[in-house]
Amino acid sequence: MKLAVVGAGAVGRSVLALAGGHGHEVVAVADSKSAVVDEDGLDASAVLDRKSARGRVGEADPESALEAEYDALVEATPTTLDDAEPGFSHVARALERDRDVVLANKGPVAERYADLTALEGESEGRVRFEATVAGAIPVLGTIEDYGRSQVTAARGILNGTANFVLSRMAAEGLSYEHVLAEAQDLGVAEADPTFDVDGTDAALKCVILANVLSDGDATYALADADVEGIRSIPPSALDLAGEDGRTVRLVGEATADGARVGPRLVPEEGPLAVTGTRNVVQLETESAGSLELGGRGAGGDETASAVLADVRRLER
Amino acid sequence: MAADVDAATRAYTVRLELVDEPGELLRALEPISANGGNLLSIYHERGNLTPRGNIPVEVDLECRPDRFDVVVEALRDAGVTVIQAGEDAYTEQVTVLLVGHLVDTDLSDTLSRVESCSAASVTDLSLDAPEGTDDVSSARVHLAVESDGVVDALATVRSVAEEKDLQVVEPLVEGST
Repeated sequence: MKLAVVGAGAVGRSVLALAGGHGHEVVAVADSKSAVVDEDGLDASAVLDRKSARGRVGEADPESALEAEYDALVEATPTTLDDAEPGFSHVARALERDRDVVLANKGPVAERYADLTALEGESEGRVRFEATVAGAIPVLGTIEDYGRSQVTAARGILNGTANFVLSRMAAEGLSYEHVLAEAQDLGVAEADPTFDVDGTDAALKCVILANVLSDGDATYALADADVEGIRSIPPSALDLAGEDGRTVRLVGEATADGARVGPRLVPEEGPLAVTGTRNVVQLETESAGSLELGGRGAGGDETASAVLADVRRLER
Repeated sequence: MAADVDAATRAYTVRLELVDEPGELLRALEPISANGGNLLSIYHERGNLTPRGNIPVEVDLECRPDRFDVVVEALRDAGVTVIQAGEDAYTEQVTVLLVGHLVDTDLSDTLSRVESCSAASVTDLSLDAPEGTDDVSSARVHLAVESDGVVDALATVRSVAEEKDLQVVEPLVEGST
């Protein structure tokens, strides 16, 4: 397939680097300031070198990537809330041209799912968004394979930073502030960790799951989710949980009726008590019990792998 | 419906009749722990004899649902008289953590309101107040809840906690979302 990649952060750059190995051609790449288009296929390493040397992918107007002759648009600009712009407009323009869209940006699916499905309904193009939930882990693909109505609930550890902090606090008896500083030194937490530790990132993923599970009966946005973070969990709470064979994790839950994120008690030996930055998702099915899917929930190559899995699904 | 989705243990009550002889109680408890049961409490009515002249003993235990029949069978195999085995005194064990100014906000009032507004009783409480009772502390509360009342009981805990500005860390319960 011919791909246009909009957004040249970690995910966009990894898509560019990995696409060739999956048999695809990248014909356009845009960052916030520039674009480069070549309908015969771009030289990925040349574009990546230029981006790292000069901070921009090319000399063309960013708009030109959206006008290129591609089969699928990979929308990998940073997630924005509320109107989900500019990502939403990028998706809309692709659908108006009857092109397929693969999202790594959570905004349009979490905040404007109804608008998105309405546009998709009027278009020959299709929208896929595996990469928006739990990075490399094929959560949405599994739900599609089983059938949306066959999955009654999804719950899981959907934010590696929050999980790293809670699992270190429990293992070492250290305070939240101490472990957060350590996580920032290790590059596991960002300088502003709000999005992760307050549960917003996990909540966006749960809202997306709730939108998928409700399958058109209702749509949800971040404001509909019940969200609590981990800042106020003291080591004493983790000690008390540990004495009982339990621990505390930031768990996200989604059903057709909505989404919820908060610190929850889970059995220490259970499938949700993963340590470090690992993610895990548990799906409750109508007739096959629960399924657990685990892996890396973030990272450029991991998320790009989910994007390329979606491209592959579009080819079938 | 399971309280802990991942590893559901439930609380059961077993009523036994023991002969009034030394060592009888110990002999009756051994098959419980040997078969995967965890003793929660023992109510030994020593002053109260049954019509047959035996001592009634009520044992609360928790175990996985698939182990309960094994426990009861083992008791009978050991020659213990089992009067009643759990079916109608059937509850789920639910654990919650409370975090905040627990003492300043009257912890005993918090717990009694949880008990009075829902079909739950507090079976165990552990308080951890590392900075003294004036600062933020944590409590672990075990609740015994009638099996169809778990969602309701957790909703009560949430609303009392919200009013007192406490944080609740709930277990995962099916149907709670």
